[in-house]
Amino acid sequence: MVGYDFVPFVEWGTGVEWTLMKVGQILAIVVMLLLTLAYILLFDRKVWAAVQMRKGPNVVGPFGTLQSFADFFKFVLKEIVIPAGANKTVFLLAPLLTFTLAFAAWAVVPIAPGWVISDLNVGILYLFAISSLGVYGIIMGGWASNSKYPFLGSLRSAAQMVSYEVSIGLVIITVLLVVGSMNLGAIVDAQSGGLHTWHAFKFLNVTEPATVAVGVVLFVMFVVFFVSALAETNRPPFDLPEAESELVAGYQVEYSSTPYLLFMIGEYLNIVLMCALITLLFLGGWHLPWGAVNDPWLGFLVFYVKLWLVFFVFAMVKAIVPRFRYDQLMRIGWKIFLPTSLVAVVLVAAYVVFGRGAA
Amino acid sequence: MESYLLEYLPIVILIAIAVALGAAFILAAWVLAPRSPDPEKVSAYECGFNAFDDARMKFDVRFYLVAILFIIFDLEVAFLFPWAVTLDETGVFGFWSMMVFLGVLTVGFIYEWKKGALEWE
Repeated sequence: MVGYDFVPFVEWGTGVEWTLMKVGQILAIVVMLLLTLAYILLFDRKVWAAVQMRKGPNVVGPFGTLQSFADFFKFVLKEIVIPAGANKTVFLLAPLLTFTLAFAAWAVVPIAPGWVISDLNVGILYLFAISSLGVYGIIMGGWASNSKYPFLGSLRSAAQMVSYEVSIGLVIITVLLVVGSMNLGAIVDAQSGGLHTWHAFKFLNVTEPATVAVGVVLFVMFVVFFVSALAETNRPPFDLPEAESELVAGYQVEYSSTPYLLFMIGEYLNIVLMCALITLLFLGGWHLPWGAVNDPWLGFLVFYVKLWLVFFVFAMVKAIVPRFRYDQLMRIGWKIFLPTSLVAVVLVAAYVVFGRGAA
Repeated sequence: MESYLLEYLPIVILIAIAVALGAAFILAAWVLAPRSPDPEKVSAYECGFNAFDDARMKFDVRFYLVAILFIIFDLEVAFLFPWAVTLDETGVFGFWSMMVFLGVLTVGFIYEWKKGALEWE
């Protein structure tokens, strides 16, 4: 999907063909994402239920496998309640924005060797820009509701997301320093040599002392990224924006029916995106622990399994870790993660400039 | 059209599809679901009370502080991106240039820390 020899829109026929093919690919990926989401939602609930010795959804379809689809129809058949004091346009625009941005981020995420909607050479920068915009949907939703709980929830949510955005950015920089490219495909292919070349496990490469040192730094960054990803997506234990015991449901309080559904899809799509990013940046993407994978179908399978495994850890964290207090949350973000990742950037940069030549 | 610009066309298509899908969901509920608003239903939720006053109220200045800090550090990260991928070429000079820049930012960071901008009570 890289390197087109022709110039579309000059050779009209080829251009249209290419565009149609592209639309087909995009639709396939959108459908795949929505199906993944349907089952990841169910999986989340099942894991949560299992930890609490419950069965979880088990009525619709065998073992509840159709639960998400039943939920979808129920959402569509519910009344859209717009509060009297709300700003109607912004109120409806906010979920749409969250939903759209959550999908837009997936444009540069490769899901298998060569399978990517748009193979940007600045892929990571694009992701960074889009995920920063995600705050707007929440702020707009909270403000437009003209109700106190959503307003306070959206403020908290926005402050939390921007705080962790910074450490996520710095962690990504450390990976970029090691790889030397902003293209996600190139970042994955830098980890093709087996488990000890994966960025999270580079410290296993015992033959080179310099690599072991930088590997330890990268492993710490992997942990920082994982925790920041939880905070960035408002997942428990950092789900303060919707801490139900104090803020009911945060910025979503006044939402019902499909506008609420759009928020929820956007939120879960961002969670899956974070799982995908952890996989791509640190866990070797579509490469197996014992070697490279070049076949797109096998690559997709490996990537998909890894994504679900990462999400399983997300789900377990949700089920077993108690919620943080807001001041603790901000303290971890600004006073621990930010300085740590800043120091890590300096260390990895020093390795790239001084250590790599010497080793 | 330049081929690197062409890479952005699929993104535009994807965004268009996502907007259409989202709008379709909202429209579906608008068409299919019943609508019977009454004054109690459309009033702002406040645990059963009638809303005491407007929700667009004053809020803590620390949220502004966090937003301002975010802008500074996010810009810093945006500067770091091109530096990070070209460090192999700029080498020792590139490394020390960025260290000076990061040093200046760190001084600012220590200042705001000591000033208590990061404290939440």
